[in-house]
Amino acid sequence: MHPAPSLILFTTLSGIGFGLLAWLGFGLRTPTGFAAIVFFGLGYGLAGIGLIAAAFHLGHPERALLAFTQWRSSWLSREAVLSAATLAIMAPHAAASAFWDTPLPVLGWIGGALSLVTIFATAMIYAQIRAVPRWHHWSTPPVFVLAGLAGGALLAAKLTIALWLMLALSMAMVAHWVAGDRRLAASGSDAGTATGLGGLGRVRLLEPPHSGRNYLLREMVHIVGRKHAHKLRLIALGLGALAPALLLMLPASYAAAFLALALHLAGMLAQRWLFFAEAEHVVGFYYGR
Amino acid sequence: MTQLPQTTQKKLGLVIDLDTCVGCHACVISCKGWNTQAYGAPLSDMDAYGDQPEGTFLNRVHSFEVARDQAPPMVVHFPKSCLHCDDAPCVTVCPTGASYKRSEDGIVLVNEDACIGCGLCAWACPYGAREMDGASRVMKKCTLCVDRIYNENLPEEDREPACVRTCPSNARHFGDLSDPDSDVSKLVAAREGFDLMPEQDTAPVNKYLPPRARDNLDIPDLASLCDPVPGAADAPAAKGFLGWLDRALEKI
Repeated sequence: MHPAPSLILFTTLSGIGFGLLAWLGFGLRTPTGFAAIVFFGLGYGLAGIGLIAAAFHLGHPERALLAFTQWRSSWLSREAVLSAATLAIMAPHAAASAFWDTPLPVLGWIGGALSLVTIFATAMIYAQIRAVPRWHHWSTPPVFVLAGLAGGALLAAKLTIALWLMLALSMAMVAHWVAGDRRLAASGSDAGTATGLGGLGRVRLLEPPHSGRNYLLREMVHIVGRKHAHKLRLIALGLGALAPALLLMLPASYAAAFLALALHLAGMLAQRWLFFAEAEHVVGFYYGR
Repeated sequence: MTQLPQTTQKKLGLVIDLDTCVGCHACVISCKGWNTQAYGAPLSDMDAYGDQPEGTFLNRVHSFEVARDQAPPMVVHFPKSCLHCDDAPCVTVCPTGASYKRSEDGIVLVNEDACIGCGLCAWACPYGAREMDGASRVMKKCTLCVDRIYNENLPEEDREPACVRTCPSNARHFGDLSDPDSDVSKLVAAREGFDLMPEQDTAPVNKYLPPRARDNLDIPDLASLCDPVPGAADAPAAKGFLGWLDRALEKI
């Protein structure tokens, strides 16, 4: 699939933003006054930047409000509704913490739970797509949710929890890759079922329908990512989870925490790039790829 | 509304005969012609006179080779457009309600005024039946020529999809596949029509008819003589950021 920068930024930044908001809601850290402005500002800022980045993916962003209407069937619509609801319900808790030094734990817990469900909904946008077998699996949502929670704990400077979550994230990523590598074959789709001619013999593309590129090839048949998948996995695993975990085992210091955060962000951007770039869409069978 | 209807009164769709299709692409052109001048945003071409022209099409013809052990290979021309699935995954993923399946005849359509151009429906379709138009930035797909089949301003013989009307080898048939007595249903029953990628659980309405057995001559491996030039259809080498990434990763 096409690794659009807007979608990579959306999933990574809004994920970590909602992860931080979840911890602030659950009261893992209860900042007040100026500290609350900084922490909640960071959470809202990251979540907001991610959502705005997602709007850049749209052909008609001016109609984006319509995306709040179809929550009964569409995970993308659910994600929109949940993210707006999270930001709205979290707002009184954030304002009360910042301006009156009195966190509102009930709203905080509801907002924290909604934050988690929002990240889950983001993952389900991709995990629901059966035509992309690598995504259509239970191992997809844990990567998104744990990435948000681990990054959020790091931002909240809760280093012990962040360490354990980084280790959990590394296992979730490996599980997603190991399972993902078998998904295309397990889907049962191949050039034979795609054309229905598999019963007659071995099917291969003789002539593509067009000599140039088209929307389908650009969006769904992305090859560069697959070529370098193993290197990018090592980069994502090393920078995104293992190196931050090692840094968090050192005696706590600002330098180590900031470095861990920078490495984690870089690693998660690589992971998310690869998440899209290495995912095979079954429409590729019609194009011999 | 992007929830699928429980049932549809009719199941209008196409039956495509892979035995008689000659791969002339006339259906592709007539589809593009009709749908550029009629319903909704026109099907645009981008860079039409440049080095890398491309355009939006609702119907495309692939050609496959089927290699067989005991017989010469077969060439099968394979027209592909929206299959108007009963369990259309493109409809349920739509966040705005722009994508919908009609309960009266089962046609899957896009309300272009409500489409935000997110592209998720095209990702959800296993068949590559939806293409985002490069100029209008909304999702385009086969409408089963909804503006022809009910159009009383057209002579009766023209009230069928443009691709069916134009096919010179009679490889395309249009009708109600929910009615067991319709011509298309009888054709599907007689020729053992099949679904594409049934394992994707989309329950397509359109059916394909298999090529008949023929060409059982005793000719050795023809397939190896017909090998297309390797890499001819590959994407051009990546440029810009992707090109840099490709080279940088190659060096690690």
